[in-house]
Amino acid sequence: MNTVSGLKATGYNFAYLDEQTKRMIRRAILKAIAIPGYQVPFASREMPMPYGWGTGGVQVTASILGKADVLKVIDQGSDDTTNAVSIRKFFEKTAGVRTTTHTGEATIVQTRHRIPERPLRADQILVYQVPIPEPLRYLEPRETETRKMHGLRDYGLMHVKLYEDIARHGHIATTYAYPVEVAGRYVMDPSPIPKFDNPKMDMSPALQLFGAGREKRIYAVPPYTHVRSLDFEDHPFEVQRFSRPCALCGAEDAYLDEILLDDRGQRMFACSDTDYCEERRASGHTGLQGDAA
Amino acid sequence: MSAKPLLDVTGLTKFYGQRLGCEDVSFDLFEGDVLAVVGESGSGKSTLLGLLAGELEPTAGHIDYRQQNDETVELGSLDEGARRALMRTEWGFVRQDPREGLRMAVTAGGNVGERLMAKGDRHYGQIRQRAGDWLEKVEIEAQRIDETPRSFSGGMRQRLQIARNLVTHPRLVLMDEPTSGLDVSVQARLLDLIRGLVTDLGLAVVIVTHDLAVARILSHRIMVMRRGRVIEQGLTDQVLDDPADAYTQLLVASVLAA
Repeated sequence: MNTVSGLKATGYNFAYLDEQTKRMIRRAILKAIAIPGYQVPFASREMPMPYGWGTGGVQVTASILGKADVLKVIDQGSDDTTNAVSIRKFFEKTAGVRTTTHTGEATIVQTRHRIPERPLRADQILVYQVPIPEPLRYLEPRETETRKMHGLRDYGLMHVKLYEDIARHGHIATTYAYPVEVAGRYVMDPSPIPKFDNPKMDMSPALQLFGAGREKRIYAVPPYTHVRSLDFEDHPFEVQRFSRPCALCGAEDAYLDEILLDDRGQRMFACSDTDYCEERRASGHTGLQGDAA
Repeated sequence: MSAKPLLDVTGLTKFYGQRLGCEDVSFDLFEGDVLAVVGESGSGKSTLLGLLAGELEPTAGHIDYRQQNDETVELGSLDEGARRALMRTEWGFVRQDPREGLRMAVTAGGNVGERLMAKGDRHYGQIRQRAGDWLEKVEIEAQRIDETPRSFSGGMRQRLQIARNLVTHPRLVLMDEPTSGLDVSVQARLLDLIRGLVTDLGLAVVIVTHDLAVARILSHRIMVMRRGRVIEQGLTDQVLDDPADAYTQLLVASVLAA
């Protein structure tokens, strides 16, 4: 068996899925783009990875991937975690496309839990892996009822969730999967990205596609579409702020991960977007622990 | 006060296949009117309430409702969105089992505030203030606003359900056996509370009950049902003190004197 990395596997159709399936998924994607924020059902396939590992995102990527595309895959902002590495390898093998870790070079970015810090361009597509596409799920378990609520734009319940947050924690404590209203109509779960990333979705030049494999739903935010995070008049939407800059590159505008350094409580805050951090360091920026990396 | 009734029900009939739910029920309800529907189990009371609430589709007959803006609409002609909007603004529905009428995982404040938020209120402080006011009106201590109904007693849950329904100042409230399953002293206090609120707010109420004492305390008019049909209706005192129909006489006579 040939396992040399970069060599295209034989016996598979381009990008693993057969052409009929890709066509079906593309139709769902087109419908999703036509109705921003609306969850379009699709016949999700079994993929050679477990549910929860991005089967929805992988199917969307496989359906839109062309031979000339350059693919980047991130997991929590990082290019080198298991999920990102294995999906990148999967497409290297089954499609033979070029992959990259640089956000600027990629034409398609598949992501789990982050939007890259570097602003996306109109010729790029962001594909999200979505575990639970229904924003109303935890308050209303019946799918028949949530669909009706979307249909009738009956979204009072979504604010009940935010009300409960403030009542229990004194502020809106939802920090990820923070509900948004797309194009003034559908309320959408932006997948478990930190709410820090929510403002990046608004009027983004890049097309944003969301795939939920287990739940068999695809939805989309077309380029230059208004995406508004829900809030109360007296408790407006706010993103997380960090009290210090990135310890490695000194960035003050980035989302930071807390990294434990030893078992005596030593810790460091560093960019979660590894590519952004590396690029900054390469161009001479440095943080307090810049040499630690 | 308008001379036209708030609710005008004509020839309401419901068949479940071959089986009769209720047949040819007609009545008027004016603002401030309290109508009790009494009868034994299986007499069609709950079917009638389901039809009024738009949860069941009538086989025949119609329900005309005069809206806040004085326009009369036929409930069956409204689409689901309009009907839902009506149900959570101008109408209320207090259910027999508070677990069906409340969100058990949501705090008392959230339960009361839900209707306000559904209506479009987006100011947390004001929503909370109004929820707190209503908890006070239904005699729930203000500091329990952030507790879920799971920690409430049966009577408190029922009062919370009433607050949740009345917060948007509805004009018509449907009640399905609101006091059953509560012990007698709690029942008495709840009835007292409902009676006070109904009078203060000038609510029109349709209350379904099998308990004639509840009907006597709360209602102005009474409708006795048996096997899906209305067999007698009139002023509550008149019907209960001087029942004309043999079945009503039996019903009144079978109440145990305390």
